[in-house]
Amino acid sequence: MAEKSGAEILVETLLDLGVDTVFGYPGGAVLPIYDALYNHPKIKHILVRHEQAATHAAEGYARSTGKPGVVLVTSGPGATNAVTGITDALMDSIPMVVITGQVATNLIGSDAFQEADTVGITRHCTKHNYLVKKPSELAGVLNEAFHIATQGRPGPVVVDIPKNVQVAEAEFSAHNGKTNSRYQPQVDGDFKAINEAAEMIMRAKAPILYTGGGVINSGPKASEALCQLAELLGAPVTSTLMGLGAFPASSEQWLGMLGMHGTFEANMAMNRADLVVCLGARFDDRITGRLDAFSPNSKKIHVDIDRSSVNKTVRVDLPVIGDVGRVMEQLLAVLKGRKFNAPDYEEWWSRIKGWRATDCLAFPESKTEIMPQLAIRKLWEATHERHPIITTEVGQHQMWAAQHFDFEKPNKWLTSGGLGTMGYGLPAAIGAQLGDPDALVIDIAGEASIQMNIQELATASQYRLPVKIFIVNNEYMGMVRQWQELTYESRYSNSYSDSLPDFIKLAESYGWTGILIEDPADLETGIKKMIETDGPVLVDCRVAKLANCFPMIPSGAAHTEMLLTPEDVKGTMDDNAKALV
Amino acid sequence: MHIKEEQVERHVLAVLVDNEAGILARIAGMFTARGYNIESLTVADISADHAISRITIATNGPPHVIEQIIAQLDRLVPVHSVRDLTEAGPHVQRELALVKVAGKGENRIEAMRLADVYRARVVDATTDSFVFEITGAPDKIQTFVGLMREVGLVEVGRTGVVAIGRGPDSA
Repeated sequence: MAEKSGAEILVETLLDLGVDTVFGYPGGAVLPIYDALYNHPKIKHILVRHEQAATHAAEGYARSTGKPGVVLVTSGPGATNAVTGITDALMDSIPMVVITGQVATNLIGSDAFQEADTVGITRHCTKHNYLVKKPSELAGVLNEAFHIATQGRPGPVVVDIPKNVQVAEAEFSAHNGKTNSRYQPQVDGDFKAINEAAEMIMRAKAPILYTGGGVINSGPKASEALCQLAELLGAPVTSTLMGLGAFPASSEQWLGMLGMHGTFEANMAMNRADLVVCLGARFDDRITGRLDAFSPNSKKIHVDIDRSSVNKTVRVDLPVIGDVGRVMEQLLAVLKGRKFNAPDYEEWWSRIKGWRATDCLAFPESKTEIMPQLAIRKLWEATHERHPIITTEVGQHQMWAAQHFDFEKPNKWLTSGGLGTMGYGLPAAIGAQLGDPDALVIDIAGEASIQMNIQELATASQYRLPVKIFIVNNEYMGMVRQWQELTYESRYSNSYSDSLPDFIKLAESYGWTGILIEDPADLETGIKKMIETDGPVLVDCRVAKLANCFPMIPSGAAHTEMLLTPEDVKGTMDDNAKALV
Repeated sequence: MHIKEEQVERHVLAVLVDNEAGILARIAGMFTARGYNIESLTVADISADHAISRITIATNGPPHVIEQIIAQLDRLVPVHSVRDLTEAGPHVQRELALVKVAGKGENRIEAMRLADVYRARVVDATTDSFVFEITGAPDKIQTFVGLMREVGLVEVGRTGVVAIGRGPDSA
């Protein structure tokens, strides 16, 4: 066997693992790896402008392609800048491998230049992490890192490699490190539990399917299984923010998103259901509202690949541990084997029809201002036939996008759900565009969020990525302002977006096309121009400044206590509600 | 507004882990990160090839928190198994303490007499001090240390609890 440097071993192992794209930023402690990359043009390295953006771009790449995202950053600030994106990937279960440089092993602990305790800092924001102390261990560690990142509940894995380990040599052949991993999560659901689930479904009179990001993570086959299961059951389907697209929004059975900014019908149906089938979701606080009032009369089945998600916040009657796609296939087989013929749930659907009649997503019309909801709706109308990939930042625009942009397919909706990271959308769009060069990729942004990773305009320019940014500009950190209206009698403490740049000139200075839309009459033509313009385009869409996102379950309230219109807002809250996030 | 507190119960967990760098920080850090309590934690390698360590954790919390602690431990990659000995049934808990007392006269005689009652062994002695070694369940150690406070305790070191299930089966 030939001896190779740690850096060579790293690059060859990445190639062997099928990695074709790496998002990174060079620095002192990764120079040997960058030199090894120089000789391997098969790996496309995307030079971002900030390490946080490398992690979000890797997330966007992973979420849209289903493949793990790979990040390469230097020690110290390189690694600490990546922490936000790593945490984001942990919260949203995104498969990602982050390779960080480290100071040489003999310098670790000496407060050397650009030294940080990367393994210590990332221990609790990764699924697993490693400090590799010998080049001979590298291939094995990398194989296991990719295995852990992608198997079971996906997540980020950090591999910290000291500089001397990159330079030192070890014997290496292509078969190094391919051993059976100690990490073997349960994929198939327990047969007894599947049978019990089938029986609970057969007894139900008012069932609902509550789906989440796990269905997307499980792959396109899981979305197909979900559609088949929904068709067999004839039951209503709702989804978390992370699960949008797994079930087609055009279906009659689709109730829209549930939770804080979900639809009235989805939340009411959850509250009144007699059976909740939770598929790859985790009863997050944004979903449940007040816990003691959450779906009080239902039996609950929870399908999840992560045992720690079961009974974490909501007690369930039947946990089924396994891959949600696989479990749905098993469940379909059992139900069909028992010749299950779903009743028409006539009474259940008539009640749902009543809730739907509320038309909870309706919004006021205006001739003088562009309503933000209308802007999203028009964007959908103009683009949906091309099945665009939509990314978002975090805030009101994100919720409006979730409410008013309908998805028919999985892997088309990329958003920071768990961590709620402003600045996610632009780098995620860049990653998604690299994963699918022909797709129409649009970052629906807010004027505050977009500034958190605005430097990535340059990355898109450099790699000629035709990413579109659609800024819903209301000159406020709108969601903060909305909460201040709900809770603090409209005392707008620091929520005004002062000193905004001229986004059009800013875009143009990076080589982008900038389009300003101010007048409602120009909305459709402006969107059309955005789509028809080659290359990257930034749209600054000035919308009604004080519009708020409804419906909404305020902090500490139940699914049945939704605020449907601005008239429902009282302007104050008690301390118990204030203390909730 | 006041913060509500829940009834807690004590559980002893036996955790088998890969004996690798950082494993203790990973386990202890998971407890702090998620707001769980550690009453005591002991760790030592137990396999012939030094590949596996056994960590005994005494923790407390409401039942739903204990259930979460076990699930959260179990999903850590280097963790092989987690067993709740308190839940599993009869088990033996032992702890070792070294207890130093100093003094002369009646206190010294009383310390010796109590040590005898509690079956503590003298492992060091000078004309004005003893070091006792005592093993037993945590409450026995607690009581003994309490008594020694009254007769000249100057220093105490405890190992923390180790535990094992009764009967022929392994964890």
